[in-house]
Amino acid sequence: MKPIVTDHRRLLIPTDGTALGRKVKGDSMSIMVRPRPGGRERAYRRAKLRNPSHRNDWRLALLLIAPAVVGFAVFAVYPTVRGVYLSFTDFQVLSPPKWTGLDNIRTLLDDDMFWHSLRVTLYFVVLSVVFGLLISLITAVVLHRLTKSTVVRGLVILPFLISGVVAALVWQWMLDPQLGIVNVLIESVTGKPIKFLGSQEWAIPSIALISVWKSMGYSTILIVAGLQTIPGEVYEAGRLDGASEFQMFRRLTVPLLRPIMAMVVVLTVISSFQVFDIVQVTTKGGPADASNVLQMYIYDKAFNQFDFGYAATMSLSLFVMLIVITFIQLRLLRANESDTN
Amino acid sequence: MTTTAMIASEGRAATHAAAPPGGGRRLSIGRAVAWVYIAGFLLVTIFPFYWIVRTALSNNFALSTDPASMLPVGFSLGAFERVFGLTSQAEALAQGGSGASLDIPLFVRNSVIYSGLLTFLVVTCSTFAAYAFARLQWPGRNLVFSILLAGLMVPGILMLLPNFVLINDLGLVNTFTGLMLPGALFSAFNIFFLRQFMLGLSREVEEAALIDGAGPLKLMFRITLPMMSGPLTTLSVLTFIGTWNDYFWPLLVANDPQVRPLTLALGVFQQASPQTQPDFAGLMAATLVAAVPMLLLFVIFGKRIVNSIGFSGIK
Repeated sequence: MKPIVTDHRRLLIPTDGTALGRKVKGDSMSIMVRPRPGGRERAYRRAKLRNPSHRNDWRLALLLIAPAVVGFAVFAVYPTVRGVYLSFTDFQVLSPPKWTGLDNIRTLLDDDMFWHSLRVTLYFVVLSVVFGLLISLITAVVLHRLTKSTVVRGLVILPFLISGVVAALVWQWMLDPQLGIVNVLIESVTGKPIKFLGSQEWAIPSIALISVWKSMGYSTILIVAGLQTIPGEVYEAGRLDGASEFQMFRRLTVPLLRPIMAMVVVLTVISSFQVFDIVQVTTKGGPADASNVLQMYIYDKAFNQFDFGYAATMSLSLFVMLIVITFIQLRLLRANESDTN
Repeated sequence: MTTTAMIASEGRAATHAAAPPGGGRRLSIGRAVAWVYIAGFLLVTIFPFYWIVRTALSNNFALSTDPASMLPVGFSLGAFERVFGLTSQAEALAQGGSGASLDIPLFVRNSVIYSGLLTFLVVTCSTFAAYAFARLQWPGRNLVFSILLAGLMVPGILMLLPNFVLINDLGLVNTFTGLMLPGALFSAFNIFFLRQFMLGLSREVEEAALIDGAGPLKLMFRITLPMMSGPLTTLSVLTFIGTWNDYFWPLLVANDPQVRPLTLALGVFQQASPQTQPDFAGLMAATLVAAVPMLLLFVIFGKRIVNSIGFSGIK
């Protein structure tokens, strides 16, 4: 895929990369369950390696992986390396980059707007992750226990399938201070409207609202998928032991759900840090830079001020922050283990 | 073998059916509250879509007279006519429009070319690679696979600017090639997704064909890929939707309306709308037009998409 906005697809990846030996409901009924690779399987593979019919596989394999490997090298590895290099240069696109060592980093440390952007971004990340996850978790638990209806689940993920631009536009209209339906309702209760996207204090919460609305259904379905892996016997046992509903949620559901929750948290954080289209469509970073998130600032530096070198430095710093945060989260959440194993 | 697998899977389905704890009838009040909650959640989810339709069918001037009306105010198709450019500039302004229109056929064409071709290319390349990783034996296979998977770790932002510079250097800005190239060949997610499915396929049919003397290439096209039609469809739909909705990359490389995809065009159309008295009816009509293709895909493939999330989200 292209280098951007792949977050939602990244969300689909199992946390630990184990083979998924399960049959998928509704998807190609002919697929059968393959046993986990055990000793016999391995022996079979070894035998296969010696099998003369596989001796020339490598030629075909080379041919088959060539396009992907070329794409990976040219449009993923090369730009990453080049991005790191450009971070240490003065580069205005039209003339070749000039090596300036740590100058950009010094600029960054003294750049008030960068730190302001970072604060704004963090505020947005905290709001969308906390509210997004809270709503998704509650909805998933309720949905899982109430119904298996695919129609309901389909409706739940509907906002995930439309573009951020469409979501931003409809919410901008609904939040309009004069005619927006949300403000009409608020005005009828409190007497005065809220300038959601037009005020400094509400800009980021409003953008977070749009972002949560767009992604909450998807996280919900992911968590429901996680809940389905918890065997019913666990709850039977809990009930026999006289556990209350809340106790079972607290002591059984939450710990058993940890791996999938860890994944949802990590990926929500990563995608929230890179919020752009909603901001670009609704506030363009305003009013008075109140919603000037990091990606917006980077875009502005690169494409309005043509300071590509410095924009690359900020991208690199965002990248480093994301790696550190992800690493810490995975450690804290012990993502690869649920409490049963 | 087939029977065993089916029984095994049905056995699992049975455990699942028992999974929701706390029998239904016992907690009927709790269940009622829960249903109310879900209904509220669905209302919040779906209401904006209804509001798009309601506003698009309204008269822009009439909107201010009754902003809370649940039905279109001063029912009119004028907004759609403005968006499609069917009204003259003067008429559009008289209706409260900006005079700007969206060349819908052009932008839909652009989006179809961009998303369709990119999806076809990247799914094809990923299928080939996945086959090599799942079914062929060659030295260094696992190492190369791990390296490619690392592509998932790098967030887009770091590669965006250099990729733009590269496309710019190649003189491909404002071309479909430039739009598609960075994403057309390689997708770590797609390769991973397809490889996992291929590993789950039964090898027996392939072995039978092998014994019958089929070469590896014939095996792939005649035996393996037909069995993969389900996952391939799901993945194509997901890729298509993702590309169609993409905003940032087209924003960088598609300034020319001749290659501009619909999602970006919608953003540009909004900028043209007057800020003091926006043409909300027109904006919502444009929004609806831009969202309809995804809504159609949703109606056709929604179930498949939901199931694929269930499949690939869990370990």
